Amino acid sequence: MSENYVPKSAVGKWFNDRLPLLNLIYGHLLPYPTPKNLNYWWTFGGILTFCLVTQIITGLVLAMHYVADADLAFASVEHIMRDVNYGWLLRYIHSNGASLFFMAVYIHMARSIFYGSYKEPRELIWIIGVFIFLLMIATAFMGYVLPWGQMSFWGATVITNLFSAIPLVGESVTNWLWGGYAVGSPLLTRFFTLHYLMPFLIFALVILHVWALHVPGNNNPEGINVVQGSQDTVPFHPHYVVKDMFALVVFLIVFAGFVFFVPNLLGHTDNYIEANPLQTPEHIVPEWYFLPFYAILRAVPDKLGGVILMISAIAILAFLPWLDTSKVRSAKYRPLYRQFVWLFFANVILLGYLGAQTADGLFLIIGRIATVYYFAHFIIILPLLGYIEKTKPLPKSLSEPVLSPEERQMKAAASGASA
Amino acid sequence: MKISKNLFATFLLLLCFSITQLHAAGEMKEPMHPDWSFEGPLGKFERASLQRGYQVYTEVCSGCHSMNLLSYRNLIEEGGPEFSESQAKAMAAAFEVKAAPNADGEVEMRPAILSDKFVSPYENEQQGRAANGGAYPPDLSVMVKARHGGADYLYSLLLGYVDAPSDIKLDDGVYYNEYAKGQKIAMPQVLYEDAVVYTDGTTATPEQMARDVTMFLTWAAEPKLEARKRIGFKVISYLLILSVLLYFTNRQIWKDTH
Repeated sequence: MSENYVPKSAVGKWFNDRLPLLNLIYGHLLPYPTPKNLNYWWTFGGILTFCLVTQIITGLVLAMHYVADADLAFASVEHIMRDVNYGWLLRYIHSNGASLFFMAVYIHMARSIFYGSYKEPRELIWIIGVFIFLLMIATAFMGYVLPWGQMSFWGATVITNLFSAIPLVGESVTNWLWGGYAVGSPLLTRFFTLHYLMPFLIFALVILHVWALHVPGNNNPEGINVVQGSQDTVPFHPHYVVKDMFALVVFLIVFAGFVFFVPNLLGHTDNYIEANPLQTPEHIVPEWYFLPFYAILRAVPDKLGGVILMISAIAILAFLPWLDTSKVRSAKYRPLYRQFVWLFFANVILLGYLGAQTADGLFLIIGRIATVYYFAHFIIILPLLGYIEKTKPLPKSLSEPVLSPEERQMKAAASGASA
Repeated sequence: MKISKNLFATFLLLLCFSITQLHAAGEMKEPMHPDWSFEGPLGKFERASLQRGYQVYTEVCSGCHSMNLLSYRNLIEEGGPEFSESQAKAMAAAFEVKAAPNADGEVEMRPAILSDKFVSPYENEQQGRAANGGAYPPDLSVMVKARHGGADYLYSLLLGYVDAPSDIKLDDGVYYNEYAKGQKIAMPQVLYEDAVVYTDGTTATPEQMARDVTMFLTWAAEPKLEARKRIGFKVISYLLILSVLLYFTNRQIWKDTH
């Protein structure tokens, strides 16, 4: 596909002969054959790219005004909110952008899980995605520490303290992370540095993610293989460029709703209180997007066990292509999986709810059951389903669900007659 | 299929419920909700109320509470109390700040100017604690954003002083307030009838003063609120039109694909 591109202008030709960059862009964005039946759940890849770029650009400007020092950080953020031109806008886009980034990534992952996009031959796309998710978690967590409010400080304290659970060297590792004997300026500066670095690593992984995607091409709601360039595909431009743009603008309306009208709804009020090492907040809660994992962490009475389970909850995603033993991708053709996948989503939301509650009494018991079910879904239900589930017959091509061969013949005959 | 999808929906509802629950957490009375002019998508502050609120802050609150993040110049900025420059200069000059060391290295006092931060009542936290029986009166710059319930909560708290029920014993320096967490607070009641004499002649009822000072504190915490809502309205209108255009463009492009 990409070899066919010939730039129209002399300058373009000169450039492209020496560095076929235009070739590359052309091949991946313009005639690139894409299944014609992708629904709106498939627009989140583009939306996520937009989120990443927005975070990087707003973050860059914020970094020009922010001061990473325990005594100055809180005031410097308020300086951005008050004295920097449109600083309030940049900061609200950046802080709400993080939340919407996670909203989009969870939908993107759920889509992949529902339609089996992680299966052969797309395992590596999914695994790169898991690493992107992991980096996003680290980046968002460190970013939340930077304003140096009460929740920043105590969130950092709780999470960095988890490393003390490592046997034998735990305490040394924690002190090494802190750069001292308590959470303070050294930790803040290194978090700032890493928070600045990681989005670029994410960006690099996104390039690999898309590169790997463009080898087999997109999965689709039917989950069947599509021959590139057949009547089952349409060129990426204009079909999906415009569809993605429409979805992006709808997403932006929601985004703008948060930024301009309820900019602090997703944040915690305690983070407008400057960090105070002598005063622990009543409830230390992470941002909403970490709550399911926080619930898993707290479901285990042992600190080390909790940490291991929480990390496993994310790491297990990387093994999903092999834990799911069914050859059929889309849940549309898997009557049992279709039930269990909704149960799984409901369970994750339940964990999120529990993550925001105090971990005692009934909440703790339900939290433990939900944690067990989370892992059972991956290591018991998914492997078994592949063997016991009777899947529905798959269509031969994307055109078939719409028209059967007879119908198509009849239609061809009818159009021939009218012509 | 139906069952699990319904379950999914139930959990979504549960989640929404849990968010409202979180905000209502802690055994305290639901705050009052006066009509705030700054609410709603096109909300604005009432200029006169902000100006009166500044008067309440300086004459009542600033005896104990600092506002470190504000400068006198903020008082003349658009979207705030919008005092005239000469008014704000006079207001600043009523306070004294430390001047830069003179040629002999001595630090003298000078009247504050527009670029100075609001003068704090105490030299440091220790002095503040010593003067208030050990409790440090918090800085009020972002207070409205630092408490659940925001403006409603602060307004209610200022008016929430009632006689304690007979079965409750209060220690020295602790006061009973219906809206405080656990109904106990280290701040005494400050808004009594005519605690200030408003320069614009408004009757200074406790409700009026609580309203004005809360409006002032809301502006202090979110000084760009008016610009934010104004721009937001334009941005969303623009995006709505763009989305309609893209919707039809998209339909046109896909009309021949089946």
